Amino acid sequence: MAKRAFPLLPETGAFRYGYFVPTVAIDVAYVAELARFRLSPEEIETFGSQLEQVLAYVKKLEEVEVREVALIGEEESFQNRLRPDRPLPELTRSEVLENAPQKADGLFLVPRILE
Amino acid sequence: MSFAFSTIRELRKQLLAKEVHPTELIESLLDQISSVDPKVKAYIHLHPERALEAAKKADISLPLGGVPIAVKDLISVRGEPCTCASRILEGYIAPYDATVIERLRSAGAILLGRTNMDEFAMGSSTENSAWGMTHNPWDLSRVPGGSSGGSAAAVAAHEAIAALGSDTGGSIRQPAAFCGCVGLKPTYGRVSRYGLTAFASSLDQIGPLTKTVADAALLLESIAGADPRDNTCDPEPAPSFSAKLGEEIRGMTLGIPKEYFVSGIDPEVEAATKQAISHLEGLGATLREISLPHTAYSVASYYLVATAEASANLARFDGMRYGRRAKDCDDLLETYGRTREEGFGREVKRRILLGTYALSCGYYDAYYLRAQKVRMRIRQDFLAAFRHCQAIVTPTSPTPAFRLGERAEDPLQMYLADIFTIAVNLAGLCAISLPCGFTQSGLPIGLQIIGPMRQEETILQVGHAYEQSTDWHTLRPSLS
Repeated sequence: MAKRAFPLLPETGAFRYGYFVPTVAIDVAYVAELARFRLSPEEIETFGSQLEQVLAYVKKLEEVEVREVALIGEEESFQNRLRPDRPLPELTRSEVLENAPQKADGLFLVPRILE
Repeated sequence: MSFAFSTIRELRKQLLAKEVHPTELIESLLDQISSVDPKVKAYIHLHPERALEAAKKADISLPLGGVPIAVKDLISVRGEPCTCASRILEGYIAPYDATVIERLRSAGAILLGRTNMDEFAMGSSTENSAWGMTHNPWDLSRVPGGSSGGSAAAVAAHEAIAALGSDTGGSIRQPAAFCGCVGLKPTYGRVSRYGLTAFASSLDQIGPLTKTVADAALLLESIAGADPRDNTCDPEPAPSFSAKLGEEIRGMTLGIPKEYFVSGIDPEVEAATKQAISHLEGLGATLREISLPHTAYSVASYYLVATAEASANLARFDGMRYGRRAKDCDDLLETYGRTREEGFGREVKRRILLGTYALSCGYYDAYYLRAQKVRMRIRQDFLAAFRHCQAIVTPTSPTPAFRLGERAEDPLQMYLADIFTIAVNLAGLCAISLPCGFTQSGLPIGLQIIGPMRQEETILQVGHAYEQSTDWHTLRPSLS
């Protein structure tokens, strides 16, 4: 994959419903590369405009005052819980490999990553 | 009369009185399925032989002994497919039981089949399934809601006595409302998520879809409680959720949030909800107007938090260890890229894109972090409101079931279908949806009762009081 800086695109907009609705441009093809899937040219176009609408909608979160919000609460539900570090019965190797798309000699067979 | 139309509690009495054998019960349900499922399409895998085999050996002395339960296709059942309605898991066979499945088995329940859903629980209509759409039993041209649409439709069409679903932003309650059955989203942590395919780990919860409130309590009793295999599971033992059923609600204060009765809500839904609220007042409850000022931000917060978590959770579907792998690829990146391109449907791709974007360098603070902080505000709204009331009553969905295809390519409109249910997940609360009327054209309307964390008994008590003094839950779709 080509290495490049994440593009900070300028805000754009469109006339919809008779007035100007700001949209947030998103480089869908590049985000798809990050997410490790390919898109067809049709999907790049359609998802681009759909996600721009969604991103324009979520901009309303900027209206909320959040400077004093801490992301931890006082309740116990925010505390980490640990369990004793003891091995429990687990799946066997052959059970785990049962669903492998390709396997050999009790191992997963995967595409070569080193030349 | 077919046993398929009974509730869990009715069947348990009949089973214990030996008026019915579990095998007859399964046969009754299989008859109903073969007569209506070609129209409704609620099930995606059915295991008649296995269910009949289990029925022969059923121990009816157990709490759910002999009772068949349908399970949404994203909960692992050992030896059965668990496709999450996605092509990427085509052919996958779950090698272990989810905790809820272990518990259903030890409670004596019989697993009948797997219900349809939106792919990876992403959707509000069950249209995003790789295996085709499910139809609303009350009007086959409409959606059953989603994402647990198959479970809700199966219960409403009497193809299941009860079912399990999962709720990340309304995926149990909204289909329950659209199909005219009962759906309960337990408090976050009440039910173990071990074996539930993760969509958004901080929001997901498994819960029951049933014909009555009392059945929801019974099914929840069997699946809830601490589980060392899920560290987010509440270590407190689950109480008896049926304990307060039948207690009167006189003297209880119910909060009515003004932000939930605003323009945009369907007039028939609004009228039915208000009538239900008056009915609760007639049963002796005190009504109090409350304010949840950040309600308008819940959908925006949710679609960043949930998609961010989804983009991380769904990274595991890479074609290496299980599921589908694209053929004839030259290298690793092409294998990932084509496997995920071919395996994921459009809505899953959209959400992974949105979540990846929200988490990416330069956007994390502006989107994900801000969304989490707004989530805390929403939570604080509820904590403040529950100082003045024991439960909050709202519509479940702003509209009744919409037509198949109507919102399929308008993601934002689809997301807004969850506007009344999403805040409950963001705040980790419990809530139940139950039938409270029908539109002129015969579509069910759902009433949502929201409770504080760990107060399932309260919402079940209020729901039961309403249900037992109305007869909406006794009506059946004609399916003609």
